[in-house]
Amino acid sequence: MAASAGARWNHVWVGTETGILKGVNLQRKQAANFTATGQPRREEAVSALCWGSSDETQILLGCADGMVRHFSTNEGRFQGQRHCPGGEGTFRGLARAGGNLITCVDSGILRVWCDDDKEASSSDPLLELRVGPGVCKMRQDPAHPHMVATGGKENALKVWDLQGSEEPVFRAKNVRNDWLDLRVPIWEQDIHFLPDSQKLVTCTGYHQVRVYDPASPQRRPVLEATYGEYPLTAMTLSPEGNSVIVGNTHGQLAEIDLRQGRLLGCLKGLAGSVRALQCHPSKPLLASCGLDRVLRVHRIRNPRGLEHKDEPQEPQEPNKVSPEDTETDELWASLETVAKRKLADSRQSQGTPQTRHKKKRPRSTSP
Amino acid sequence: MVKAGDKSGGGKKGLKRKTASEELQETVSGDGTAEGGVQPPKSAAFPPGFSISEIKNKQRRHLMFTRWKQQQRKEKLAAKKKLKKEREALGDKAPPKPVPKTIDNQRVYDETTVDPNDEEVAYDEATDEFASYFNRQTSPKILITTSDRPHGRTVRLCEQLSTVIPNSHVYYRRGLALKKIIPQCISRDFTDLIVINEDRKTPNGLILSHLPRGPTAHFKMSSVRLRKEIKRKGKEPTEHIPEVILNNFTTRLGHSVGRMFASLFPHDPQFIGRQVATFHNQRDYIFFRFHRYIFKSEKKVGIQELGPRFTLKLRSLQKGTFDSKYGEYEWVHKPREMDTSRRKFHL
Repeated sequence: MAASAGARWNHVWVGTETGILKGVNLQRKQAANFTATGQPRREEAVSALCWGSSDETQILLGCADGMVRHFSTNEGRFQGQRHCPGGEGTFRGLARAGGNLITCVDSGILRVWCDDDKEASSSDPLLELRVGPGVCKMRQDPAHPHMVATGGKENALKVWDLQGSEEPVFRAKNVRNDWLDLRVPIWEQDIHFLPDSQKLVTCTGYHQVRVYDPASPQRRPVLEATYGEYPLTAMTLSPEGNSVIVGNTHGQLAEIDLRQGRLLGCLKGLAGSVRALQCHPSKPLLASCGLDRVLRVHRIRNPRGLEHKDEPQEPQEPNKVSPEDTETDELWASLETVAKRKLADSRQSQGTPQTRHKKKRPRSTSP
Repeated sequence: MVKAGDKSGGGKKGLKRKTASEELQETVSGDGTAEGGVQPPKSAAFPPGFSISEIKNKQRRHLMFTRWKQQQRKEKLAAKKKLKKEREALGDKAPPKPVPKTIDNQRVYDETTVDPNDEEVAYDEATDEFASYFNRQTSPKILITTSDRPHGRTVRLCEQLSTVIPNSHVYYRRGLALKKIIPQCISRDFTDLIVINEDRKTPNGLILSHLPRGPTAHFKMSSVRLRKEIKRKGKEPTEHIPEVILNNFTTRLGHSVGRMFASLFPHDPQFIGRQVATFHNQRDYIFFRFHRYIFKSEKKVGIQELGPRFTLKLRSLQKGTFDSKYGEYEWVHKPREMDTSRRKFHL
């Protein structure tokens, strides 16, 4: 069917609050909708997305009703689902490790399930951990699939080794009291593992970006940077690995350098809260989606600006960027040439970083 | 002589007025030699590019300008008459009148304009926070309040609003925090909260929050006219439930805002009251009017404006109840990014 042929060529996968999975083809500027039951349903609101296999042919969707659904990109249809009960709240993290499925819900119950298609879904998890209430994010280390990190509101960052003990491998300590000697509140909204090192970077609801290093003796953050005045809701690593791009509830996107903690620049265009960000693994492209119901693709450097906008009309949630296959490489390459032509007419570049906090200009004191 | 003084090279505004100024130069020389009336233009004595603005004598300059203006007006009238005659002569075969360009005509097509057949949007709207109102499961109960320590104008506006919106209650704010008021409202079954913000004794903002979990819209309010300031107004509005008219809310954001307004009024308007509340959106400004109408015949209606009148402009739409610091916003108005084009509107 057209859907199955088209499913192969989708560059960005977006999950929505009505349970529809959308595959967006940026070259043809089309979006295709996929639903498990054929009708959109609010109970199936997608709250977590992850790749099911290393070759990116399968997507796992964590839905609001506690089911994890499998979707095959090759065939363009939902293949199966699994009920993952336990705990209250939506899925905050979903990951695949070997043949096992790792899920974490809002109330802090992290479970590892055996995910075998042939076997009837057994309702016993292989492993269960309690990570503390109010979890906002659980992330798996791409280099070590058995390590996961969790964090949330008043729930400090913890790194767990699923093959090891029941205690976390690394538990972060809160920063010192601020200048009024008040405790600084904790609200980890998004976590990422930095490649080629043991470090983790988190963004918080109190507009801070922090880098932790489990290898160093200090459990407090190694680097802290702030951006804006609104909670940061989403974060992604840039392809070079030196910087992160964060988004806040007002739709402001910023790129922050992790070597110095400096703001490199901002991206404009979003009008609503940013729900998910994803950078392409190698090209300087960023896909962002949020509550304003628009998927945007920005180019991060040379020059910084908006490249493509898609209007799916649904409040959007997690997204995933398609890989670098040889075929998609050609597609991305041809996308670049299109982009260059487009940039000639519609340049929205941000040459200089936008956070010049109000400079004190010498005011003439005239009576 | 005068001519030498008036010579100038390269007129700045000369292009349009070149031929006219050439004519006028003739009249200048003509006046100097005491000839009556405007002479038909002969070949220009001065180099072209001379414009009236270069005459240094103010009275002379003014005279020249008024004369030029009268001439322009005459020419324009003559051209119009000619066009009209031509149209009459052609009769039915005349080409249609050209439509003047307005900013509303030239509006940049918004990609989020809702297509009436769109199923996704229909499903989204059928299951959003207003679904219980539109399914007639809840009926509205509104709490109207102001910012702390309101002045007379704001208090009177609140009272008049409560007569316009049925089943609404006005309370003084008395320094309470909104985040503390909201749980109390929810427990007392209120469905909407309206807060009128005041600055320097005039109301200038409106926060409309749909209560159980619903979105919160923050508007800028301007042009507030209380009942006594409205000319040719009718008597006081009665207790009948008014009809609601929502005009021109075409985009997805416009739909959300329109539904918010619709959910303030109970579902079944009492046509016997002949009252109507209108929310008219034009160029992102929402005009609120309250009228009483009467049908004089099949086609002719008479209307009387009652009630307060004000203009709103949406500043932000936040998901969830009022939480400006930590809430997630569905739409925030960013002037430097969104107001770059005069022909692009968002509602």
